[in-house]
Amino acid sequence: MKPKPFAITLDPGSSLANHTGSWRTVRPEYVDRLPPCNHACPAGENVQGWLFHAEAGDYEQAWRVLTRDNPLPAVMGRVCYHPCESSCNRGQLDQSVGINAIERYLGDEALRRGWKFQPPERQSGKRVLVIGAGPSGLSAAYHLAMRGHAVTIREAGPVAGGMMRFGIPKYRLPREVLDAEVQRIVDLGVTLELNSKVDDVLAARREGGFDAVFLAVGAHIAKRAYIPAGSAAKMLDAVSVLRGMETGEQPLLGRRVVVYGGGNTALDVARTAKRLGAEESIIVYRRTREKMPAHESELEEALQEGVLVKWLSTIKQAGESSITVEKMALDAKGNPQPTGQFETLEADSVVLALGQDVDLSLLDGVPGLEVADGVVKVDDSMMTGHPGIFAGGDMVKGERTVTVGIGHGKLAARNVDAWLRGEQWVHPPQHELATFDKLNTWYYTDAPKSKQPILDTIRRQSTFDEVVGGYDETTAQFEARRCLSCGNCFECDNCYGVCPDNAVIKLGPGKRYEFNLDYCKGCGICVSECPCGAIRTVAEEI
Amino acid sequence: MTHQPIRFYQTGTFTVGNRLLAQEQRSVQAQAGRTNSLNSGHRACQGCGEALGARYAIDAAMDATNRQLVAANATGCLEVFSTPYPETSWQIPWIHSLFGNAAAVATGIAAAMRVKGRENVRVVAQGGDGGTTDIGFGCLSGMFERNDDVLYICYDNEAYMNTGVQRSSATPPAARTNTTMPVGSSTGARFGQGKNLPRIAMAHEIPYVATATVAELRDLEAKVRRAMEFRGARYIHILVPCPLGWGHGSAETIRMARLAKETGIFPVFEAEHGEVTNVSKIRRPLPVEEYLRPQTRFAHLFKPPGHPEIIARLQQLADRNIRRYGLLDTEAAS
Ligand SMILES: Cc1ncc(C[n+]2csc(CCOP(=O)(O)OP(=O)(O)O)c2C)c(N)n1
Ligand code: SF4
Ligand SMILES: [Mg+2]
Repeated sequence: MKPKPFAITLDPGSSLANHTGSWRTVRPEYVDRLPPCNHACPAGENVQGWLFHAEAGDYEQAWRVLTRDNPLPAVMGRVCYHPCESSCNRGQLDQSVGINAIERYLGDEALRRGWKFQPPERQSGKRVLVIGAGPSGLSAAYHLAMRGHAVTIREAGPVAGGMMRFGIPKYRLPREVLDAEVQRIVDLGVTLELNSKVDDVLAARREGGFDAVFLAVGAHIAKRAYIPAGSAAKMLDAVSVLRGMETGEQPLLGRRVVVYGGGNTALDVARTAKRLGAEESIIVYRRTREKMPAHESELEEALQEGVLVKWLSTIKQAGESSITVEKMALDAKGNPQPTGQFETLEADSVVLALGQDVDLSLLDGVPGLEVADGVVKVDDSMMTGHPGIFAGGDMVKGERTVTVGIGHGKLAARNVDAWLRGEQWVHPPQHELATFDKLNTWYYTDAPKSKQPILDTIRRQSTFDEVVGGYDETTAQFEARRCLSCGNCFECDNCYGVCPDNAVIKLGPGKRYEFNLDYCKGCGICVSECPCGAIRTVAEEI
Repeated sequence: MTHQPIRFYQTGTFTVGNRLLAQEQRSVQAQAGRTNSLNSGHRACQGCGEALGARYAIDAAMDATNRQLVAANATGCLEVFSTPYPETSWQIPWIHSLFGNAAAVATGIAAAMRVKGRENVRVVAQGGDGGTTDIGFGCLSGMFERNDDVLYICYDNEAYMNTGVQRSSATPPAARTNTTMPVGSSTGARFGQGKNLPRIAMAHEIPYVATATVAELRDLEAKVRRAMEFRGARYIHILVPCPLGWGHGSAETIRMARLAKETGIFPVFEAEHGEVTNVSKIRRPLPVEEYLRPQTRFAHLFKPPGHPEIIARLQQLADRNIRRYGLLDTEAAS
């Protein structure tokens, strides 16, 4: 040891001996909050989770995380009405993240690169029958197969897809995309039996030796409205028109087509009619634009293609080549009331798009199974009153969208899986919501949402080519990087940098950080300066 | 521009780091192997802006000089909280002498290094605003005048904090300190007094002068790096909020610095040889009230009946900064 200078008696020591952590009255804690996009997704996707990988350009990992919840990203990236984007926190900053278009990019990339699902290592030895090959049935089949169960899907129609094929026109969802994503589920070892209508569920279960059944036959019986019509009037329903487009019996609609209704299906028919050569395609709807249940973007696209809408109108009567409509007025409660004013519209055909009912005939005589308001009753586990028979999609209560159907399929599969083991599936506790006020938005740079290419109007009026195009790789990555990563650490090093006491330990890529409580004084700067709200303060017990 | 901001949309433009940035784009503070010049266990208050600013600046200087650095430190919080005998938080060669002579001590070290032929060893002097603008002012001006090869860093928390918050010539008008209590007709520190040290430094026409805050790390690091590219006298003035003396929450330190810059109260710029070469534009303009209100040292301005006329005068000072340095950009990049 060196001799000490004059008047110095102690060797120099390090301040590390001084554990300033003892000053603390509050403690920071890393959390994972629930991002609003994940919260809003009816299919329960971990949106922020898969965007995290897309940001880094690891699209395969992004796709794998995405498909843990939803096996149909290329389809969803086209047809989902993306409630995730409506609730995206970035919407309060500039514009929401283009989640749906990125999902489509991932889905398409998976098809281009031939990514497959990783089949389970062990089989359970259990057999499950899924009735209906629509979104809900396919989703359930996928999730059950991934859990090692032997799945058979029975589909009454000649092809799989359900409403994705018979309800959504191909200019919104090209069939090769749908076919490829269905095939990937079949490749997992799922047996798909087409043209195989089930008339008696109990018999089918017994004869096939199935341990459980998931019902997902959808709702495809067109609702009727009483309209006095002359014998020559050509009245059709939306379901058969759209179905006919798929089965090769192209419907003859004429030059002037009137569609009655205000949902997405009405718009799909009107847009299809345009493409089939109708000079006039008019939607008659009894309320106003604000009240229309159809999605705003679909209406916008229909109007661009030249579809006309008669707002506040009902059809009174249909004749050979014309119809009579009555003008409506909204009453104080916002309900349409007749005004007694009539108008005549020329029409070669009238298509009713007034909603659909469920065909419940296959459920006759199933003990315990209850039906209410035209749909099957299920409990929280998606099980009907009959043990081992579950149901989902359009045939149970809920919003009727593809995404909701996929969510039902997943939820049912989890419950079927637990039930087969004699257990009860419990929803894991949900994290606290990562609301906008939890973010420190100073750190985010403004960046407008990337647009998707749109087919020009002329081609949209004459062909069934896909209307909306996808992102290229650079755009998809740019858009993914617009994600604020609400409530979940994305390793920006802010906490590590801003701590005046070096009390944050950086654990390395993918491993996040850790607090060094020996020195953390609990000042809370890391909490205030975390951009994405992934740190919270908790009181220290003193 | 010294600091070329990265347009990285997720964040990364403003955050300390980002997992997706290339290695060469990362800040010094983002590195797992940064020096941590000022180590844990120091006795600064919770949320001390000075402790943070000092580590930011000295780590950056260590990085820029290949770790060949000596620091002289004036008396003040930074010295007191880091070196209670026999402990030290400093992980660099560091010397303390007196309250008023840090600049002179640093000049001496630089001279010694030159004589020993070790000019690769660079010298930093650092002190608080009291040590810089008041008691150490003579030594500092001499250092500037002689163009000694020293980077002087002032950590400005706008009062003598270590001895219990007395006014310095960097204390802003209207602020309450223990020597400018708003009692009777007094409304805190007087208008028309005080020194603007960055401008005084510029008047010496030394090679490099810059201001910075703890709210913009990348800007601060770029300025330290730039300062180390020059030989001769250099001066960096860093605004470091003090939760104790300013009376804001300990978690609000960085936010306070950000508000000081965004309201125009504290202009952030750099100058070479006496001329301004670059200013940090205001990103989201705000009235000074947003900055004043959260601090108890300005609480008397808001107590009924309030002092809107004083607030208006402070706003005028901010507006003058905005004019003088061109802090607002019509096509402001955000
Ligand atoms: C010659 C001399 N006078 C007075 C003091 C007492 N003293 C120690 S620190 C300090 C205040 C330092 O203020 P500042 O330089 O602004 O640094 P801060 O503590 O605010 O960081 C004073 C007055 C001293 N150490 N030496
Ligand atoms: S008084 Fe202010 S400058 Fe001094 S240690 Fe506390 S917070 Fe830091
Ligand atoms: Mg001071």
